[in-house]
Amino acid sequence: MAKEKKGVRLEHISKIYQDPKTKKDFYAVKDTSLTIEPGSFVTLLGPSGCGKTTTLRMIAGFESPDEGEIYLGNEAINALTPNKRDTAMVFQSYALLPHYNIFDNVAYGLKLRKLDKETIKTKVMDILKLVGLEGMEGRMTNQLSGGQQQRVALARALVLEPGVLLFDEPLSNLDAKLRVSMRTEIRRIQQEAGITAIYVTHDQSEAMALSDQIIIMEKGVVAQIGTPQEVYYHPSNEFVADFIGEANFLRGTLVNADTADIGGHKVAVEASGQSAGSACTLVLRPESAVLGDAGQLPCKVVLSCFMGSYQNYHVMVGDTLVKITDFNPKSKKIYAVGDDAWVAFTKEDVHVL
Amino acid sequence: MARGQGAALDRKKLMADPIMVGTIVVLITFLTIFILYPLAILLVDSVVGDGSLSLSAFRRIFAMPTFTRAITNTLKVGFLVGILSTVVGLLFAYVEVYVKVGRVVGGLFKVVSMLPVVSPPFVLSLSMIMLFGKSGIITKFLLGIKDNSVYGFWGIVVVQALTFFPVCYMMLKGLLKNIDPSLEEAARDMGASRGKVFMTVTLPLLLPGLGNAFLVTFIESIADFANPMIIGGSYDTLATTIYLQITGAYDKVGAAAMAVVLLAITLVMFAVQKYYLEAKTAATLTGKASRGRMLIGERRVTLPLTILCALATIFVIMMYLCVPIGALFPTWGYKFTPLTFKWFGQVFTRYKGFQAFRDSFVLSLISAPITALLSMIISYLVVKRKFKAKGFIEAVSMLAMAVPGTVLGVGYIRGFSGGLFHTGLLQGIYGSAAILIIVFVVRSLPTGTRSGISALRQIDKSIEESAYDMGADSFKVFMTVTLPLIKDSFLSGLVTAFVRSITAISAIILLVTPQFLLITVQINEFAEKGSYSLACAFATILIIITYGSVLLMNLVMKFFGTSRKLKEDE
Repeated sequence: MAKEKKGVRLEHISKIYQDPKTKKDFYAVKDTSLTIEPGSFVTLLGPSGCGKTTTLRMIAGFESPDEGEIYLGNEAINALTPNKRDTAMVFQSYALLPHYNIFDNVAYGLKLRKLDKETIKTKVMDILKLVGLEGMEGRMTNQLSGGQQQRVALARALVLEPGVLLFDEPLSNLDAKLRVSMRTEIRRIQQEAGITAIYVTHDQSEAMALSDQIIIMEKGVVAQIGTPQEVYYHPSNEFVADFIGEANFLRGTLVNADTADIGGHKVAVEASGQSAGSACTLVLRPESAVLGDAGQLPCKVVLSCFMGSYQNYHVMVGDTLVKITDFNPKSKKIYAVGDDAWVAFTKEDVHVL
Repeated sequence: MARGQGAALDRKKLMADPIMVGTIVVLITFLTIFILYPLAILLVDSVVGDGSLSLSAFRRIFAMPTFTRAITNTLKVGFLVGILSTVVGLLFAYVEVYVKVGRVVGGLFKVVSMLPVVSPPFVLSLSMIMLFGKSGIITKFLLGIKDNSVYGFWGIVVVQALTFFPVCYMMLKGLLKNIDPSLEEAARDMGASRGKVFMTVTLPLLLPGLGNAFLVTFIESIADFANPMIIGGSYDTLATTIYLQITGAYDKVGAAAMAVVLLAITLVMFAVQKYYLEAKTAATLTGKASRGRMLIGERRVTLPLTILCALATIFVIMMYLCVPIGALFPTWGYKFTPLTFKWFGQVFTRYKGFQAFRDSFVLSLISAPITALLSMIISYLVVKRKFKAKGFIEAVSMLAMAVPGTVLGVGYIRGFSGGLFHTGLLQGIYGSAAILIIVFVVRSLPTGTRSGISALRQIDKSIEESAYDMGADSFKVFMTVTLPLIKDSFLSGLVTAFVRSITAISAIILLVTPQFLLITVQINEFAEKGSYSLACAFATILIIITYGSVLLMNLVMKFFGTSRKLKEDE
């Protein structure tokens, strides 16, 4: 549907803000370079204050970068105002124009482009159908539910057939159930429209469900870029490992390329580039390990709690608290608080940092 | 860290928007020429009055006993009026927010808070003289007191307190509503009596707000020209002294120096109020009350408070009623029957009433939309946009709030009678309708801007951003999104500007030339001459016009107001 899918390239982008309290300048975004392929769905993920929204607003044109250049397709767009950029944004608060009905909201941008009435009508109706709001075009915005308002916001952006579609935490005002169904919907519409999308969120499951690529940001800097699988299984540092899903960190030293020493116990790991003798941290996902009478690391159970689909354990490995979610516990041996046990996992299940 | 590129890009983006740039340039020029320049010229003139740089003008005026007395008079009046207005305002606000009152009393409150808005500033002075003066109905005919003088200190204080307490009432009502009831309930729960709760919880929370209300009325009182003029008698305040210095003594340099002193006093207070107290008020009373408040229903509390308020209300209403009724008596103070319309007739037949109403009406009608649009544009720029000169625009339009009309009037005389910087440039507007319209605009601009700003702050910033993002330029965004969303605020700004203009006197009386007859100036003249019946007749018609326009506005809003719906959703 889009006239032309466009890629986005950020080259050494920085944005400096002033802290209102200390009056000190700080980098909201620092020396960030990204390449977003045409037609892909990319998520900027991170905790609040990591610079993800600032990055998005720089792409939209609401903020001007203090360093670097932004390209949309092959065009440098730093000096373009938001109304001249081939981007369309879906806002967190939907930002529907409350004095217009649904039709006029969606038609707003088309009217500004001076299209003739018939074309506008066809386009608006087509897009309302795509987002599932047929027959609602005469309603006022305050007569819609949150999910419906979200669809209007999406339709309004899509109808302009922008080179890039920008999302600023669009689902954060919806309740949990609606959030899940809306994100499937957004993904479907993006695929159908074949449009480049950049999506900002702090919700890692949203990022996982939606994205071709996830860009994880921390304190204004890109921490990792990768597919959902890459960032989950091969996090580049502890921050990423901890932010995406839950993670246990086991600290030790590398004995040789594929063996680590954790508190005196040898653990087989996949060979990493690190040299023997260097300190290492193993990332172990709670669902990757089970408790057993034999295994890699001895432990003492400090919490054992039945959760239905899994048994939730907290165990102490030396001084380290390790969380284990043991799925389908019905036929398994259940350990009680105070029991001694072993944490069992395979070498494919740990990731060396 | 260098923020140069970002700033340069922001500038570039701004320049890509010629309408916006043009608007900003025009605004800055307007504010500079018509607010900053007249004030600056006052300062310059009073320092280099006779060619050389000296403080001789100030030395001269401070040597005048009339002037130093006027300063003490003004401050004494202002102080007392500030306290009285705040106390009465608090009483009304407390009763409205905390106490169960009947519907009739509640309705009366609304009337009382409304009356000063629609009435010309000196109505209360007129009725004060007519009710309590030498041949006042109450003093002479009901109580048999002869030779009661209302002129002077107490006259001004009573009249100003009655005029300004509704301002405090409105301010404090808003603050009281923001106090979370659970704070007081917690205190009650821990064993405090109602009185104790008021003294230890409500009052301390309200304290910065009370200080704020006090200073606002203090400033209003100091700046007030009309009331001291009519009821002050020989008790001169700064505003009247300056006026007399120009119209009586033809001492323009002296008047300029006096105006600088008056301006300095109000500016200091304004600064304290704006930057210290307002911030404190906002800090102690943030957010909204979590839920409704249990109104006090105990008779021993409600009864005395209601009676007190009702008495005050009746007194105020009586004062206002006195004006239209006074215009119907054949001869005030001597002959009360039969009621007659002869004064109303004379307004039009003998005293060029028609011309006066036409001039006032037309000038105000021209200035009102200019004011309303200008204040909405300023609010939009201040709240929604970022650019370098924004601070300047905001500061200057707020500064106008602290400038007493008399000071502005003197500034315009000094600044424009000989053209800009006495060069003859723009001299043409002096004495023309244009300068009167500009004064109306400048005088009403701060109120309009303030209400525009608060209306715009309620609108989510991303609504305008979304329109911008979809391809609208600043002008389109303002016309298709901002203005429709603050339609109500715009409309009420329009009417407020109209009402303020048509009832204005302090600056305008110094600038009006004989070719224009303005109602307020006429009323002032007749009141000065003692023709109270005529003054009342003029004032009555004026009140009808202003009240009519407010009614019209409410009607229009009922049918066309969209923003009302939005507010209900919040």
